[in-house]
Amino acid sequence: MSRASELSGANLITALDVVKDFSGHRALNHVSMEVPEGSIYGLLGPNGAGKTTLLRIINQITAPDQGSILFEGSPIGQEHRHIIGYLPEERGLYKKMKVGEQALYLAQLKGLSRQEAMKRLKLWFQKFEIEAWWDKKVEELSKGMAQKVQFITTVLHEPRLLIFDEPFSGFDPINVNLLKQEILQMKANGATIIFSTHNMASVEELCDHITLINESEAVLQGEISEIRDRYRANKYLVTFNGSKEQLTKGLDSPYDLLGIEENGMGQRATIQIKNEAKGTGDLIRNLLEITEIKAFQEILPGMNDIFIQVVNDTIQKKGY
Amino acid sequence: MSMLGPLIFAAYILIPMYFATLEDKEEKLMVVIDDSGLFTGRGPEGPVFTISGTETLKFQVVEGVPIETFKESFEESGYYGLLFIPSNILSSNSSLIYSTNQVSLEISEYLKRSMESEIEDLKLASHEIENIEKILLEVETSINVRNIKWTKDGKTQETNTGVVMAIGYLGGMLIFFFIFFFGSQVMRGVIEEKVSRIIEVIVSSVKPFQLMMGKILGVGLVGLTQFLIWMILSAVLVTGLKAAFFPELNQSPTEQVVASDLFMQGGTAQEPAMQTPENISIEDMDMAQEIFASLKSIPAGMILISFLFFFIFGYLLYAAMFAVIGSAVDNETDTQQLIFPVILPLILGLYVMISAISNPDNSLAFWFSIIPFTSPVVMMVRIPFGVPWWQLALSASLLVLTFLAMTWVAAKVYRTGILMYGKKNSYKEIWKWLRYSS
Repeated sequence: MSRASELSGANLITALDVVKDFSGHRALNHVSMEVPEGSIYGLLGPNGAGKTTLLRIINQITAPDQGSILFEGSPIGQEHRHIIGYLPEERGLYKKMKVGEQALYLAQLKGLSRQEAMKRLKLWFQKFEIEAWWDKKVEELSKGMAQKVQFITTVLHEPRLLIFDEPFSGFDPINVNLLKQEILQMKANGATIIFSTHNMASVEELCDHITLINESEAVLQGEISEIRDRYRANKYLVTFNGSKEQLTKGLDSPYDLLGIEENGMGQRATIQIKNEAKGTGDLIRNLLEITEIKAFQEILPGMNDIFIQVVNDTIQKKGY
Repeated sequence: MSMLGPLIFAAYILIPMYFATLEDKEEKLMVVIDDSGLFTGRGPEGPVFTISGTETLKFQVVEGVPIETFKESFEESGYYGLLFIPSNILSSNSSLIYSTNQVSLEISEYLKRSMESEIEDLKLASHEIENIEKILLEVETSINVRNIKWTKDGKTQETNTGVVMAIGYLGGMLIFFFIFFFGSQVMRGVIEEKVSRIIEVIVSSVKPFQLMMGKILGVGLVGLTQFLIWMILSAVLVTGLKAAFFPELNQSPTEQVVASDLFMQGGTAQEPAMQTPENISIEDMDMAQEIFASLKSIPAGMILISFLFFFIFGYLLYAAMFAVIGSAVDNETDTQQLIFPVILPLILGLYVMISAISNPDNSLAFWFSIIPFTSPVVMMVRIPFGVPWWQLALSASLLVLTFLAMTWVAAKVYRTGILMYGKKNSYKEIWKWLRYSS
């Protein structure tokens, strides 16, 4: 894992050895992280692992006890507040304030001029088809409506870095899709996005890089493709045409038949290569001798499986 | 609520005025049986005594009727009381009032004083000193205690204690209410931001310290504006309604002050003809001159500056503490356990202030006007009486220092507290947050 000495200029955010304690409880234990510019970075981990604390530290809401956060290689400071957009896990707006007035106020807090904020808000309100809400009080809106408004206020100042804490929680599936599209659009526009989530499907769909935090420590980090590669278990799914017994009996010893299922698509066997010395070519040669192969594919581990495996591993290591 | 303020203030001033106009509605009749014969033909007839501006006492002297005849039907007869002057009053020095209800202190004091002076005159006359009336006239003295202050630069100033007290009291009360009302407004504002969860968005845009100070200053300025509007509206309402409904009260302020002063003395302000009118008008003039003299002699600029100073820094100090409490709780009901230690010195200050009005230089008033948590309220009553410069400087600098320290502490607790939910509401918890690095 790289350290400060080998910082690449392409990293927008670098967390260096961050430690945060809360009265006897360590929320973050020497966590480091590199977020490449223009990437979508996923922060995963079970509840209470320390994700929100790390996001708050990047947002300069709380300060770390040790370690530091770098923005493009230099310590993060007040000047960066205006180029970061933050959507916290617990969403909320001033309830008694009108939607438009409030959006304007929050935009100006982020350094936009009133006219500019007005111009951009008009566009966003049109895009989300919520122009009619402008003069409504926030307390009159439903939860989902208020979250849309809050999302707009988060991205309105076109920040270079977007930080979403559990962005998909509380949205209905249609809005989740809308949100994903917007995130991908922002990435295409050059923004960097960090988000924390439990939703593994969205991680596979959106993220380029992840950090998995468990029990206050970063237990797994890297590019998604690389991680999935690292966690491949040499399992293959073989769709075949032939007798099950023949396959079971004919399989050589380095290969382990984990199971056979039968459905509308035909018979499918899950096979694991136990012996590292054997490659897929050897397996296919063995299979050709005993059955007719219709399809052959590697089973890549899903992020969900990796998540569960890593979390369980760390629990076992700690001897619980 | 905001618009009710001026109405309440106006009502507070106008309602007593209204009651003052209800005078002469009730006439109380006091029967006098004078066995001594000393007062026969000398007692006053007709309405002579105005009680509290609403009631009049009348005397009816009866002769040769035994007390018992009144006893049985006294309540139905409508008499307020029966004054019995025994034949041996000169030696026994006592008289009796019979009544069905308790006679008010005001009336019994009046009767006592009247009889005393009458009997003193008689006793003096019995010594048959020549030219006794002339001598008495010479002897009669009314002592008017005037308060002349010597200032450091050798000038003399005349002050009226009442005016000085009123100014101090008003200043102290204004500060107390402002701190109380708008300090808790700061607290509610912090709680609102925390409960609605907007706080996390805001503190990602500005520093928590900026947010806290912004809220304190903002609420303070709103409060000042509201206060000014209330004052102006109250004044307008009082003058307008007074002119419309109580034209008879439309006197100059001096007349009002004099009138109210005379009420208090049990005098007959509404019927000055009953007493020697010349005397009263001379007293009027004296009083008016004295009040104006005191108003002039009081260092108005100095009072105004100190008022603004203690007003502003008192509010800032308490607002910072209220902000801490707001940041430490999840809803308004939870504030009750934490708010007591904050409010206690404020209430204590109010009590000391009230006692300090009559005794502004005792050690209690001194210490409470130096201690920063009570000084804004207590010092205000002392200033119009004159406070040594070193005390003022000490109190002011302690207040500023405490404000700075409190703001520093508040900022540290606040930035942790606003992100904490579901914690125990205790000062122990707050102490823990104070030690977090941030």
